[in-house]
Amino acid sequence: MMSDATSRIDGLVKAKPVVLFMKGTQLFPQCGFSSRAIAILDRIGADYDTVDVLQDQEIRQGIKEYSDWPTIPQLYVNGEFVGGSDIMMEMYESGELKQLVDGETQA
Amino acid sequence: MPMAADEIAGLIKAALPDAEVTIRDLAGDGDHYAARVVSSAFAGMPRVRQHQLVYRALGGRMGGELHALQLETAAPSTENE
Repeated sequence: MMSDATSRIDGLVKAKPVVLFMKGTQLFPQCGFSSRAIAILDRIGADYDTVDVLQDQEIRQGIKEYSDWPTIPQLYVNGEFVGGSDIMMEMYESGELKQLVDGETQA
Repeated sequence: MPMAADEIAGLIKAALPDAEVTIRDLAGDGDHYAARVVSSAFAGMPRVRQHQLVYRALGGRMGGELHALQLETAAPSTENE
């Protein structure tokens, strides 16, 4: 059974093909790791939504349980958890991230 | 409370006994680390699962007392990729 937080998160994750949960906003990231995640998405020309976890304590805690992942930022593509900023950087460098994001947003 | 590099490596090795763990203190403040973990346990596992194994080994400290740990994981056979 889904808790309220889980079903809210589920809705946010699936609202757009590419969704980044982060600290702060796209224009004003509040943490170096979130800032790095934004820079990567902008570099590959991704069309994405962001969710500022600092605005909502329930989501800030809940997202960690949702993905079994202890840190923010978290990237979701087509409702699937992809990883945090380290995995994003590795996938950016190998070209996998652009491939994944382009594939999903065209579909 | 920051964690010592040895303590981080110890926790990872307790969970993944064959792991080769390299820790770098990025800022010299005992709070921002980079870890490279090579273990046969990662073979054939997606990256997210590999990192989850390491986070689990750290037993909830990640994101709490351990603020910043840049993580890189690999299985021994993919070392030179």
